[in-house]
Amino acid sequence: MILEKILTENDVFWMHAEQGPEADIVISSRVRLARNLKKVPFPHLLNKDNGVQCFDKIKTAWKQINTLEGYNFDLKTLDELSYLDKQILVEKHLISPNHGKVGSHYQGVVLNSNGSICVMINEEDHMRTQCFLPGLQVDKCYEQAEKIDDKTEEYLDIAFDSRRGYLTSCPTNVGTGLRASVMLHLPAIVMSGQIKGIFQNLGQIGMTVRGLYGEGTEAMGNFFQLSNQITIGQSERDINNKLTIISRRLIEQERLSREKILKDMPYQLEDTIGRAYGILTNARIINSNEALIMLSSLRLGVDLGIIKGIKPFTLNELMVAIRPAHLQKKAGREMTPLQRDEYRAIIIKEQLQRKISDDQE
Amino acid sequence: MYCDECKQKLASVHLTQMFQGQKIEMHLCETCAAKKGALLIFDQDNNFTIPQLLGSFLGNPYDFQELQPINNQTVCPNCGMSIINITQTGKIGCSECYSTFDRELEPTFRRISGNTEHVGKIPNRSGENILLQRKIDELKNRLQQAVSNEQYEQAVEIRDAIKTFEKEL
Repeated sequence: MILEKILTENDVFWMHAEQGPEADIVISSRVRLARNLKKVPFPHLLNKDNGVQCFDKIKTAWKQINTLEGYNFDLKTLDELSYLDKQILVEKHLISPNHGKVGSHYQGVVLNSNGSICVMINEEDHMRTQCFLPGLQVDKCYEQAEKIDDKTEEYLDIAFDSRRGYLTSCPTNVGTGLRASVMLHLPAIVMSGQIKGIFQNLGQIGMTVRGLYGEGTEAMGNFFQLSNQITIGQSERDINNKLTIISRRLIEQERLSREKILKDMPYQLEDTIGRAYGILTNARIINSNEALIMLSSLRLGVDLGIIKGIKPFTLNELMVAIRPAHLQKKAGREMTPLQRDEYRAIIIKEQLQRKISDDQE
Repeated sequence: MYCDECKQKLASVHLTQMFQGQKIEMHLCETCAAKKGALLIFDQDNNFTIPQLLGSFLGNPYDFQELQPINNQTVCPNCGMSIINITQTGKIGCSECYSTFDRELEPTFRRISGNTEHVGKIPNRSGENILLQRKIDELKNRLQQAVSNEQYEQAVEIRDAIKTFEKEL
């Protein structure tokens, strides 16, 4: 039931910008905890037989959590989901692109009703518990993920070593198994040419910057994902704090840059934003790259009050709704890239016009 | 071709990255690649880098100076992985591999995370003994302090507490 809703509707909790601090610049925060079962071979060594055993252990634990602890998690194996449905979860950022590609009966996903908690089962580790929230809320993400982590640990024997910490299939996650990340929209920092220098500095202090969809290092539409590199030798609290502090600095810098651009070249800025709005509301064919770049400009326009009547939620929703799997799910059929480009233009136009008239009523 | 970084050794690691539409190529020797590696291997979703790159770290020839003589024949009694398998895949086989190949993995961990140990969360149930041991260690420190401050009554109390906890272990 829960999964059905998440697959058919665009809405997931991290899109609700109105419920997150600094959500104009920080789209969402995410925390991921990598955990493994003691003595069970890590997922890359699992086969039909021991894979099922491993999955059953985890499944039983989640059932107990639901019945004994009063939760309502939905657990599905990946072979129960179509390729398109898995891609929908990837596009919503709930599961990794790798998890979206596989489809065995001992790999799965656990979700709560609003999509703020998503656990990947037998991805790179036996369990990767994730929490996603709108805006800058890394601590709260961790708090919620940890609560789930404590629950699962009551029912499962988790691999842990006093010196190395939580044991993971890839040595780069060992220790806390924690990856905390924020999705940032930094158009003004990019426009003012500071981004490269900032990235280099971030690398030196143990942070990783990636593009919107994780895979590859390419950043699209001024959206960047910032996360911790190091998982051992620092407490969870320190890792989360560091990410929060650095995010605040970037927010500050982005705001300053926005003010400066608005003051120094208001016409150029309004021109860029106005053109983006024009394209988004008039295009008949638009590919996802162009759409994302235009949506970035539109978002800046909304943040600066140049474009009125569009809610931040609509912008977050659009970022996902324009992706290939979402388009095809909505259309109810498979589409060629060109068909998608046409349909994308329609969806964007509809959303923007409908939302504006809704908001004005 | 020489390494872009040190310009001394031959480049054996070739990387291509796309950054804001621009193609950036890097040619590095293994030493410099290992130094830079931290930047790349953490890119979790980027599956082309992790296993291969990490695999090359684990099996980096110059590391063998750091390694104790290892027996390549050792396999993990729990999952059957050998250090060669781990080197090739860049992935550990199971929780028990960590103790089986502790010595072999040590240089890798040192490179990834420096000489650090876990200081974060300890699971309540699986980590019960660890929590208890930490408590005992802390009490032992306090016992020493009490003795050197000549607070013998307190010292006796602490000693008894340690004994109780040690029985629980």
